[in-house]
Amino acid sequence: MTVNITLLAVMGVLVAVGVYLILERSLTRVMLGLMLLANGANILLLSTGGAAGLAPLYRSDIAPEDYNDPLPQALILTSIVISFAVTAFMLGIIYRSWVLGRQDEVQDDIEDRRVRNQSSFDAEDDTAIPVETTEFVPEDADERPAGKKTKQRGSR
Amino acid sequence: MNAASLAPLAVALPFMGAGLTFLLLRHPSAQRFFSVSTLALTLAVELILLVTAWTSGPQSVSIGGWVPPFGINMVVDELSSLMLVISTCVSLAVLVYAAGQGMADGDEDGPVSIFHPTFLILVAGVSNAFLTGDLFNLYVGFEILLTASYVLMTMGGTGPRVRAGVTYVVVSVISSMLFLLSIAMIYAATGTVNMADLAVKLGELDGSTQMILHLMLVVAFGIKAAVFPLSFWLPDSYPTAPAPVTAVFAGLLTKVGVYALIRTETLLFPGDRINSFLMIVALLTMVVGILGALAQIDIKRMLSFTLVSHIGYMVFGLAMGSVLGLASTVYYVAHHITVQTSLFLVTGLIERRGGTSNMDRLGGLARLSPLLAILFFVPAMNLAGIPPFSGFLGKLGLLQAGVDLGTPLAYVLVAGGVLTSLLTLLAMARVWNRAFWRTPADAEHPDPVLLAAVPDRAPRGEHIVPAKAPAVALKVAAGKAPQTTSNVLPKSMVGATIGLVVLGVALTVFAGPLFQLSEQAGLGLLERVPYIEAVLGPGAAEGARP
Repeated sequence: MTVNITLLAVMGVLVAVGVYLILERSLTRVMLGLMLLANGANILLLSTGGAAGLAPLYRSDIAPEDYNDPLPQALILTSIVISFAVTAFMLGIIYRSWVLGRQDEVQDDIEDRRVRNQSSFDAEDDTAIPVETTEFVPEDADERPAGKKTKQRGSR
Repeated sequence: MNAASLAPLAVALPFMGAGLTFLLLRHPSAQRFFSVSTLALTLAVELILLVTAWTSGPQSVSIGGWVPPFGINMVVDELSSLMLVISTCVSLAVLVYAAGQGMADGDEDGPVSIFHPTFLILVAGVSNAFLTGDLFNLYVGFEILLTASYVLMTMGGTGPRVRAGVTYVVVSVISSMLFLLSIAMIYAATGTVNMADLAVKLGELDGSTQMILHLMLVVAFGIKAAVFPLSFWLPDSYPTAPAPVTAVFAGLLTKVGVYALIRTETLLFPGDRINSFLMIVALLTMVVGILGALAQIDIKRMLSFTLVSHIGYMVFGLAMGSVLGLASTVYYVAHHITVQTSLFLVTGLIERRGGTSNMDRLGGLARLSPLLAILFFVPAMNLAGIPPFSGFLGKLGLLQAGVDLGTPLAYVLVAGGVLTSLLTLLAMARVWNRAFWRTPADAEHPDPVLLAAVPDRAPRGEHIVPAKAPAVALKVAAGKAPQTTSNVLPKSMVGATIGLVVLGVALTVFAGPLFQLSEQAGLGLLERVPYIEAVLGPGAAEGARP
């Protein structure tokens, strides 16, 4: 099997540029990176077919070695269609993100920040037990939840 | 003509249903009817496939009559048919649940009419991935289900969903690209993409080439299955989707990744070269995942972390490389699909009843809705592995397989498995204590509606009058709760959840025959010969005998 170095070099460059772009924060660049990555994969698939040959239409006087390998091309066709669909969807999502927030950047996860800022003090386990544990309803019964909280804070 | 030639129907039926429901976009009730009946029909076909595989072993169908290894083929064996049946049962329950939600809310928020076709395409993709005997067709199956999942994930296009959807899409596309690159390399090295043919030919390559191809596939599937260092995308993206969507994602998508990992490890690259590596990965997945779960206050996020953590158990059994280990993995996957999905469905109900899934705001749900409490309690204990539930049986099999192996690393893994099980119980107990058991008044930031709905000191017959509570709370307290309850918890949503919880319990009741089937699947996976001979014909597997 012969190997086409040019194709492989192009594939390498495409994948490298694609990975670089995916690491960017702008969504449009990320999408371009994914497209380049997909094209790199397609070229790798193409190069697995070996040297170029005749179109694979059967004729009895042609030796089997002279034909091109049709399978990689079928695979590429499928993967082009798939990456087309994904690119269209990405564009839609980027547009939506632009409409909603006027930005096309990868946003931070708020919940992650909350967990990071969480103090080691757990209100349920670590609160000092309030001195006053009466079960009688205080006079300001309708404001009980708020009132109870302040009392606990006072007792600590 | 044998029963296995029904296999393509498992993919084709949902696709046809998707087309039909897409045509009926303007007729929600017809859409509901056709999508549910399509899935029910698919389930019937898959049950036939399961019985066939159980009684007469693996069988193969060549699509379009192209003889393997040239054409695409589908293989029905014990593993794939069991996965099919469980996944379709779960999808059916989720579909009924989602239809109920749509009916209750009048399909108001977002283009919900697109839900049914997309959901059916997702099911078709999952079935295709389970059935296919062709590596590239597996890629196509993955892409079908992923593309459908992108749409479901960002349905409605609200801010948080778009934000989570971006992460999800980018990570999924990268893993698919890795998969595609490894397919290209595998084709260059062997000249085939038929999995049975690969099983024979990959063994003839030299060791280092095999290792590269093997690791590339493991990384690609590891991202999809959310195995530890590659799992950080999951808890970030799953919880923002609508409840039924999160439920079906949690149940099915990662399990398709696990299924692909099982096939890679047993059929394509047998032997124990990376088993110790997998054991370390399994340990980290279990422990890191469950520690993440303990830090959460949102039930959905907490469940997403337990999902990651329990993927570790499946990798655990796979890394053992023994019949018992594989059998337990197969059984555990079936158990986990059912239980994790039902927990997410229950969380959806909690969100509807309590107004939020934030544990700081919830309380008193056990009194407010005892049915909801039972529906949460059973799968929660099941997930934590309390005897006699199926979670316990699966974990017991895994621990036994670990002890059987007997290496120090295996013992560490066994200890890690027990620890994870305990911590899961702790995580579930926290939800139980906070959301169900305490009174709403004890919550950190109590929900005013809950405060009003749950009489705080019922034994003394005293109701707290919500003087400054919002108007909606007044309405609930003024005795309008009974009317709203049927709308808040529609019968079909509760029914679907009950069905799934019962299925989870049924996995326990019928654990004997099911474990026998799993053992048969594990044996077939290790032996490989029946699978290869079913595809390539008798005598083809001479080079592949262990």
